[in-house]
Amino acid sequence: MSNFPWLTTIGVIPLVGAGVVWALPKASARGSRVVALVFSLITLVVGIVAATQFKTGGGHGQFQLTETHSWIPQFGVSYALGVDGMALTLILMSLVLVPISLLAAWNDVPEGGRREQTYFALLLVLETFMIGVFAATDVFLFYVFFEAMLIPVYFLIGLYGGPRRQYAAVKFLLFSLFGGLIMLVAVIALYQQGPGGDHGFLVTTLTGLHMSTTTERLLFVGFFIAFAIKAPMWPVHTWLPDAASESKPAVAVLLVGVLDKVGTFGMIRFCLQLFPEASRWATPVVIILAIISIVYAAIAAVGQNDMMRLIAYTSVSHFGLIVLGIFALTQTSVIGSQLYMINHGITTAALFLFVGFLIARGKSKNITDYGGWQRTTPILAGVFLVAGLSALSLPGLNSFVSEFLVLIGTFQRYPVAAGFAVTAVVLAALYILLMYKNVFTGPKQELVAAPDGTLALGEDGTRPRTGITTTLFDEPEIAKDDVPPEARVRGSAIQDLNLRERLVAGLLIAFMLVLGFFPKPALDLLRPAVDATLQHVHVHDPAPHAGVTTEGSSK
Amino acid sequence: MTIHDATGVASIGWLMIGLPALGAALLLLGGKKLDKAGPYVAVLLSWASFVIGLLILLQLRGKPADDRAMHLHLYSWIPAGQLNLSAGMLMDQLSLTFVMLITFVGSLILVYSLGYMQHDPDKRRFFAYLNLFVASMLLLVLADSYVLLFVGWEGVGLASYLLIGFWNWNPEYATAANKAFFLNRIGDMGMLLAMFIMFWAWHTVSFSGVNAAVAGTGKGTLLAVGLCLLVAACGKSAQFPLQSWLGDAMAGPTPVSALIHAATMVTAGVYLIVRSHVIFTASENARLAVCIVGAITLAGGAIIGCAKDDLKKALAASTMSQIGYMVLAAGLGPVGYAFAIFHLVTHGFFKAGMFLGAGSVMHGMNDQVNMRRFGGLWLVMKITWVTFGLGFLAIIGFPGFSGFWSKDKIIEAAFEGTGWKPWVFGLTALLAAGITAFYMSRLFFMTFMGKRRWTEDVHPHESPLTMTIPMMVLAIGSAFLGLILGPTGIITDWLEPVVGKHEDSQHVLGGAPLMGSTFVLMVIGIALAWKMYWRDPVPITPPVGSPLTQAARRDLGQDDFNESFVRRPGLHLTRSLVFFDNKVVDGVGNGSAAGIGGSSARLKKMQNGYVRTYSLTMLLGVVVILGAWWVVQ
Repeated sequence: MSNFPWLTTIGVIPLVGAGVVWALPKASARGSRVVALVFSLITLVVGIVAATQFKTGGGHGQFQLTETHSWIPQFGVSYALGVDGMALTLILMSLVLVPISLLAAWNDVPEGGRREQTYFALLLVLETFMIGVFAATDVFLFYVFFEAMLIPVYFLIGLYGGPRRQYAAVKFLLFSLFGGLIMLVAVIALYQQGPGGDHGFLVTTLTGLHMSTTTERLLFVGFFIAFAIKAPMWPVHTWLPDAASESKPAVAVLLVGVLDKVGTFGMIRFCLQLFPEASRWATPVVIILAIISIVYAAIAAVGQNDMMRLIAYTSVSHFGLIVLGIFALTQTSVIGSQLYMINHGITTAALFLFVGFLIARGKSKNITDYGGWQRTTPILAGVFLVAGLSALSLPGLNSFVSEFLVLIGTFQRYPVAAGFAVTAVVLAALYILLMYKNVFTGPKQELVAAPDGTLALGEDGTRPRTGITTTLFDEPEIAKDDVPPEARVRGSAIQDLNLRERLVAGLLIAFMLVLGFFPKPALDLLRPAVDATLQHVHVHDPAPHAGVTTEGSSK
Repeated sequence: MTIHDATGVASIGWLMIGLPALGAALLLLGGKKLDKAGPYVAVLLSWASFVIGLLILLQLRGKPADDRAMHLHLYSWIPAGQLNLSAGMLMDQLSLTFVMLITFVGSLILVYSLGYMQHDPDKRRFFAYLNLFVASMLLLVLADSYVLLFVGWEGVGLASYLLIGFWNWNPEYATAANKAFFLNRIGDMGMLLAMFIMFWAWHTVSFSGVNAAVAGTGKGTLLAVGLCLLVAACGKSAQFPLQSWLGDAMAGPTPVSALIHAATMVTAGVYLIVRSHVIFTASENARLAVCIVGAITLAGGAIIGCAKDDLKKALAASTMSQIGYMVLAAGLGPVGYAFAIFHLVTHGFFKAGMFLGAGSVMHGMNDQVNMRRFGGLWLVMKITWVTFGLGFLAIIGFPGFSGFWSKDKIIEAAFEGTGWKPWVFGLTALLAAGITAFYMSRLFFMTFMGKRRWTEDVHPHESPLTMTIPMMVLAIGSAFLGLILGPTGIITDWLEPVVGKHEDSQHVLGGAPLMGSTFVLMVIGIALAWKMYWRDPVPITPPVGSPLTQAARRDLGQDDFNESFVRRPGLHLTRSLVFFDNKVVDGVGNGSAAGIGGSSARLKKMQNGYVRTYSLTMLLGVVVILGAWWVVQ
């Protein structure tokens, strides 16, 4: 079975599914979600089987499960796929997140008579491209997938998003195209530097080229800008909050949780591997940008009222940590970053989807429209808190392991940078727990859903509100004894999580716990890939510093 | 001291953590079906942990003193190359001492909660959180590396957060929970940095690895690690300057205050310092910082305790102050490590007992906490009065009672040495002992003695047996535990292999004169309190008081400081940054889009469809090209 085209198969199944879903007649529009889910589950199963064919430990070459066919031999373009530990874990994460998102998107009925079939078909097309982009081992093929991904996302936001979807979709497209075009120039110029030939675009062919310093740096910058926009890093992050806020939660999950990883994935696979000298040259600037992203986005997140935007900002902050770990270039920090990519996918998915559950009930994205919801929806409050704790890297949950590795690894080489980055620990607690407090704690909100599903408004036409007036730090307005516990009234029409939603939440939380207490399988997959990367860049970990008398630079 | 692989009962030591963790999971996931049985399951699992812990303790006692430490490898946790971390448990004299305290006092408090929380609709959730706490706390003290300790460290923080905010329908309580978490997180930052420096310096974060590597390390590194650990301890143990969350944490149900915010969790900082004794012993400056923090807190807490009228908040101030004593002791180095732990254990008993007593009083007084509305309760709540009284005698260090053996040892140790330090730390500890006697007597007299100042709607009564039995057990501990462990040398001999032996050296003040002064100060404190709060009537509206009293009522300005120097600036920073992000950073992107759009609109005008315009453009182009050609020629 070793020559079986596993990766192509995994990629084709959702594409076929998309065709089937798209072709469903109007009468069975509601069936499209079932078909989509089935196809995504088949993909997942095949993906797991494929993963069992992957051999851990060194000595198997950089890529496994490889397929190479000439595609456009005149330009050296090949259809070449293959995975290392990093790509494989990212693909597996995507395969897991797609069915979970579909399940969460179960009741995403498009507005304005748009076809439900198209919505689910686009999600499946996106899955194909996601697999392609992580599996491509040909730089040009990577570029094709990189740009192709924009198409389904553009339509998913632009057709099925919120009120400002057009603005958000165009903004997303322009930022991405801008980066993509710069990268295209760099891709072509890179080919010029290589030996050419039938397979001149293969990553392995282009690794270790001898280029002039200037050329290498220019090419690095070309790739890096595209990835920094995708990741996204400060100051080119502003498209993300808009895109995430206007997306359906399920789309936001795939956008932020998976697609943005292409940025950090690309930094490791292309920037570090193809331009090692330039990477080391750019490190100071990149690290400063990463630190700004971490702190700046975290503070911005504290000040958000729109929960979807808030989560988007937390992601910018977390991406800053991932980039920091990548460019700190120690074994510990790089493996931490790679693990963080997986963990961030799961945590962000949980946050977006649980907020989605909340929005489905409260009909608002704004924190100030909520309060006291733990009384009404205790299970939702519980799972939301767990997702939040994962986002603030509580030990025992997934993100902690990766954040810890990134920071402790970064500290080896850049203690001051790690010192700045560690403030994210406090800021994360602020943005998560303030949101939790303002949404879920406080006296019970007396909301009654009208038969049409909208919420009854207060007498003055505004939303009934309790206690909390702004998201940030404000003193509670309700005195201590205003609402004694015995006065809690039942009878709200808002229901807690149903079975489908509990399944989604349970799966995500299970992943958080497993990766928090037993990250070994993932780390075993990633370790060889990290060693390979560090070899490409020719760096070695610093030795223990003890005994050196110039210590304490962290203080 | 050598560390052996775990054998016998110790090889199932992980069950001590696993059973309460299982309980927490069961109760949280079990749903309403477990509303009735769940609390009992939680209590049983906690006692089961105690039994396992006791068996391991007996197993250790059966071995020679230097062979008592055992290590249990659990599994490979974070194999990340250079940092190759496995999860394991270190069961030695120090951790087992804590296991006994946590599981015994914890289980008693769980029993008490059966009565106290009987009518709460969410009691299943309450017991789940308590089990989560017990599991996390045991993980904290049994971990074999700083990273695994940190898991428990944040786990207890989470449990504390959940339980402070247990009645979070009240926004104030929810705020108190957040405040505790945030301030603890600042401490956690210190903990993380400490681990980073350890790995930077030694490439290890396990206790055994670090202990072995300390020798020969530069003073600066050790000081940095020590200070970071101290910051961590300050967060968790409510020490200056991260202390302000503890008073607000009294928002939690009283059993929580007893278990988490008096007996166990808040002492974790002391555990951390003593567990890192190799680092602190090697760095005198780090120890000095620890002593300063301890001295400031023990004095500040005592002063605040004198002014609080809220029964629980007065006890919280007292906890802060008593932990200040422990931190001071730990900062004194080898002379104090064992006494820090000794006082921690006795304090765990008497303070938990008094908090449970406070809960019993509140139970009988419609959840009131204002001591100016108490008085004369001794007649109607005899058991509570006696048990609380024993705790009271223990904390003020009345000769013979537990606090006498543990606290006076700390004061004595603080006077050891030469130069200015023993005078400053010793006198602070000594004077604060007098203040302690005053504020605790004030609290005890205002609550139980003097005239009745009750509001009209209360009918105080004694609490049920589920509540009073744990109180009695803890009271027995308050009375006799110190006598059993202290003068017999049991506790110091037991801990010696872990924390090292200390040879007696010079005291600037010690022996009979010191004991005499301590006793006299205590009597003065009691007498003052007796005059003001027993003999004279206690006004129901608090008198204005001296500036010091006013400041103490406001917790010596800690919240005002946070408000002006942290919260307000933070708020402004956040708001400005959001504005900046929306208008400037995003504005550049949108502005360039608008700019391109504008230029396109202008350029578009040239494509106007008139042949004459195009011909003109062509003409211009030809002229330019010809001109350029001519120039080049």
